[in-house]
Amino acid sequence: MVSVEFEERVDPAVNILAVSLGAALRRVMLCGVRDIVPSYRAVAVYFDPIHTSLEKLVSEIERLASCKPEGSFSQRPPIEIPVCYGGEYGLDLVKVAEHLGYSVSEVVDRHTKPIYLVYMVGFLPGFAYMGNTDTKIDIPRHQTPRVRVPAGSVGLAGEQTGIYPMEMPGGWQLIGRTSLKPFDLSRADPFLFKPGDHIRFVSVTPERYRDGCISSS
Amino acid sequence: MSWIHVLSPGLLTTVQDCGRWGFQDNGVSVAGPMDEYAYRLANILVGNNKNAAGLEVTLVGPEIEFEDEIVFAVTGAEFDLALDDSSVPMNVACRADRGSRLEFGERRSGARAYLAVGGGVDVPVVLGSRSTHLLSGMGGFNGRQLKAGDRLHLAEFMPATIDMRHCKNEVISVPKGGGRVRVSWGPHADRFDPCSKLTLQEGRYTITIDSNRMGYRLDGPSLTHTDGADLISEATPIGALQVPASGQPILLMADRQTTGGYPIIGTVIAADLPIVGQLLPGDWLEFEECDLQEAVEALIVRERSLLSLVSDP
Repeated sequence: MVSVEFEERVDPAVNILAVSLGAALRRVMLCGVRDIVPSYRAVAVYFDPIHTSLEKLVSEIERLASCKPEGSFSQRPPIEIPVCYGGEYGLDLVKVAEHLGYSVSEVVDRHTKPIYLVYMVGFLPGFAYMGNTDTKIDIPRHQTPRVRVPAGSVGLAGEQTGIYPMEMPGGWQLIGRTSLKPFDLSRADPFLFKPGDHIRFVSVTPERYRDGCISSS
Repeated sequence: MSWIHVLSPGLLTTVQDCGRWGFQDNGVSVAGPMDEYAYRLANILVGNNKNAAGLEVTLVGPEIEFEDEIVFAVTGAEFDLALDDSSVPMNVACRADRGSRLEFGERRSGARAYLAVGGGVDVPVVLGSRSTHLLSGMGGFNGRQLKAGDRLHLAEFMPATIDMRHCKNEVISVPKGGGRVRVSWGPHADRFDPCSKLTLQEGRYTITIDSNRMGYRLDGPSLTHTDGADLISEATPIGALQVPASGQPILLMADRQTTGGYPIIGTVIAADLPIVGQLLPGDWLEFEECDLQEAVEALIVRERSLLSLVSDP
């Protein structure tokens, strides 16, 4: 693996360098390259040394990295994520509000207000590492993770927010649920989020959540 | 249409091919065999293509019924094998009659064996691969380990050669009790106390019970971070020695998650990963440094030996 590193900070201006280098490498798809993984501030290039040489690969990566990044991915309009907050779909919302000293609707406002940037996708199929630069909600994880968190659950952990792409155990504070599927093999593109995407959460009623589940299944 | 029938599944038997490459940027784990060398050897022996899916058998082997006449080979961890109660050797392509039963008996050494069947196991291809990834329930046979009663369809068998192949035994070695492997430093070696490189090479690490296809938690001399154990998340390669705050390394293996946030002091070189794949909890690991050129040369040597291993009768 060759790892290309940019400045070490979580910053949209740094992230765009990693994301656009990843996209450029994917377009060129050099011989012997097996996988290209952009992250917050780095790009990993997995290669097979039987089919390429390290020197050749590094010089090609350097050439692409010196090109001006393209802004095209950020031009996709923000993806709206309909979330039914609280109740049976957001079991921890009331406790989260109490912990932070806000009302429930203030927590929802703070969560739906910002536009989030998808810095990277990783950890699980379709899981977006996202963040925003203004409104922060900071809350610790559960000490004991839940055995089963349903797919589509929207959670908080530390300063992070995220959507569970599949049912699994998890310790995040669950504040709502979306009918959108971050990962769905039956779609032409199974992955809803790409690095560089923007996201906005929109509060919806339980009825709209259930209608969404019917139409997306 | 050929089928194989799982009579008893063993401890952990999964369908694996070369792995699900090309989707790690979407969070999709690679999976694939823990001992890629033995897996590929099994395919070579039966005359399959390089990426044909076979079964990875862990510690306690299965009992399999072949519903049709078939060619098969078992490689990797050393097991006593019986085909309809008569003993059959490992590392040799064998013919089995319709209705015959292959039983994995006692395990002599190693952790994982590979069963290749002529044509390969024909489970649905998910994102370019038939490999099972247990955590996400993706690929393989319904995304899970095999159970008694499962029936697996085999792809049509068009062998590259009809000769029964076998290996030169002297070059197959399965580690017993532990192994010494080479590590190339990085990507975050500079985030550790300068003594840590020495500590890693002079110490002996035990594979703990908290070890599986995702990774091995190791127990041994502690490694010291200079600037904390938290990192901005980035890609995690196979073989990575990831070090959380405890200072005890975790060696990432086939089912690892695509990204992680702990510093990686070094990475076990690809040529030596098959040794790691054959170790089990309680076994030891020792590390020695190696530069990139040596790592690449070792892989080329391994590739050549894989091809030279096979001799026609």
